[in-house]
Amino acid sequence: MATQNTRTLARLMMAPSVVVLLIWMAVPLAMTLYYSFQNYNLLTPMNVSFAGFFNYQYFYTDPAFFQSIWNTLVLVVGVLAITVIGGTAIALLIDQPIFGQGIVRILVISPFFVMPPVAALIWKNMIMHPGYGVFADIAKFFGFQPIDWFAQFPLFSVIIIVAWQWLPFATLILLTALQSLDSEQREAAEMDGANFFNRFIYLTIPHLSRAVTVVILIQTIFLLGIYAEILVTTNGGPGYASTNLTFLIYRTARLGYDVGGGAAGGIIAVVLANIVAFFLMRAVGKNLDK
Amino acid sequence: MARKVTTGARIGWSIAAWVVALLIFFPILYAIITSLKTEQEAISGFSLIPSGTFENYITVQTQSNYFKPFMNSVILSLGSTVLALIIAIPAAWAMAFAPTKRTKDILMWMLSTKMMPSVAVLLPIFIIFRDLQLLDSRIGLTVMLTLINMPIVVWMLYTYFREIPGEILEAARMDGASLWKEIVYVLTPMAVPGIASTLLLNIILAWNEAFWTIQLTTTNAAPLTAFIASFSSPQGLFWAKLSAASTMAIAPILILGWFSQKQLVRGLTFGAVK
Repeated sequence: MATQNTRTLARLMMAPSVVVLLIWMAVPLAMTLYYSFQNYNLLTPMNVSFAGFFNYQYFYTDPAFFQSIWNTLVLVVGVLAITVIGGTAIALLIDQPIFGQGIVRILVISPFFVMPPVAALIWKNMIMHPGYGVFADIAKFFGFQPIDWFAQFPLFSVIIIVAWQWLPFATLILLTALQSLDSEQREAAEMDGANFFNRFIYLTIPHLSRAVTVVILIQTIFLLGIYAEILVTTNGGPGYASTNLTFLIYRTARLGYDVGGGAAGGIIAVVLANIVAFFLMRAVGKNLDK
Repeated sequence: MARKVTTGARIGWSIAAWVVALLIFFPILYAIITSLKTEQEAISGFSLIPSGTFENYITVQTQSNYFKPFMNSVILSLGSTVLALIIAIPAAWAMAFAPTKRTKDILMWMLSTKMMPSVAVLLPIFIIFRDLQLLDSRIGLTVMLTLINMPIVVWMLYTYFREIPGEILEAARMDGASLWKEIVYVLTPMAVPGIASTLLLNIILAWNEAFWTIQLTTTNAAPLTAFIASFSSPQGLFWAKLSAASTMAIAPILILGWFSQKQLVRGLTFGAVK
């Protein structure tokens, strides 16, 4: 079927998307790399000079950098732990024969469709607010002092909000995988006398492992870039307590007008994301072979 | 359901599932409830029963011209989706029906562009947009959203198109169908569901995209994400009004999302989980 004609046509049809994406990837990345070796501040755009590795050194020796890397790690791992464990539990629960399964499913996946600024503001003002939030009401009801979440546990609070947003994704993916589990296989295991616990360990977990991998990899890509939730709730503070790498680069670049420093941070972010992407591409690539 | 389940167990599981579901849904529900309260009620302790006023919805529109960011959201998400589809449909079509040795590499490469952290290219994009005077313009942001979501659009379409069996085409050709008839009567009806699903998912992603909309807009082209984010400090809008604005911002996409749960799995995992 693949004559010379169709091959040429196919190339023509692919060209626009390939060209557009190539430009979108190459041009800004090349510029970031270039800027990262320049002294360039938007406040004094006349004084641009070669900086060597100064910007990287500046980033590397900044205590905020290490805190932001640590915070990024805690944020990603924290959210992953909550969403994968919670998602598995909820997926198993919804997979049971329950009344109104369709509605339960709709309720559970809803947070995923809430735009990040709205999600953050709802949690900040209506749930976690030390004066008027629901958590404060509960604390007062039991006679406790309400917690000022964003002042006392800023990073943890951000984790809670982000985990709430991503729990539906994990649940949905795991539920889909769970429902593809062969019911005959399950029944055979039941016949052989495997109890619920054994079935879970030897049948369900191996079956879900692929879905869990995909959930972890895709979420990590998105979680490395968490921004709006921090901007709206803690603005990275107090101090740098809830600043992740994305937010630190944003601060350096946009609020500090430091193009060189921001670019150096950007290159570091690219390297980190690529390490994750490498594993994701392998997981997806394997699927493509089938 | 082949398994035998006692009614008792079924009720037990149901209660547990509903409690969990309502807990997860609660923040959204509470925002909707708060939007129907007066400002006084909104800050006077926990209550699930509002006095039932639509005042906030009206005030949000008259005081802060809510309609403008709402329309910006509509224009940006629809515009970028249509643009992405126009560019991606031919590409996905070619990859699905005329694959070469390199098709897989191209697909993987496209996906890899999605892995690039936005913040890493924030400065170049900002400077390019500034120099082209695209900052705070709908056109600039539409292009931006198109680029961000393009890989997902190509992938989704590709996985759908690949499921259209080639034999049907050959059969139609045997029956003497012209190329035009083939496209209109055979291919299009089979491709439409996949294109519709892709459209739906892309609208959701574009509507909720927050990083670029906040970075590249101020007032003119600001969609709802940027509009709502500007209320991070409680002055200006109060809680009941903020809840009304939030409810209106999430309602359309929430409903779209409910309808497209299945496609979501496929679209966001690039078909890696079935």
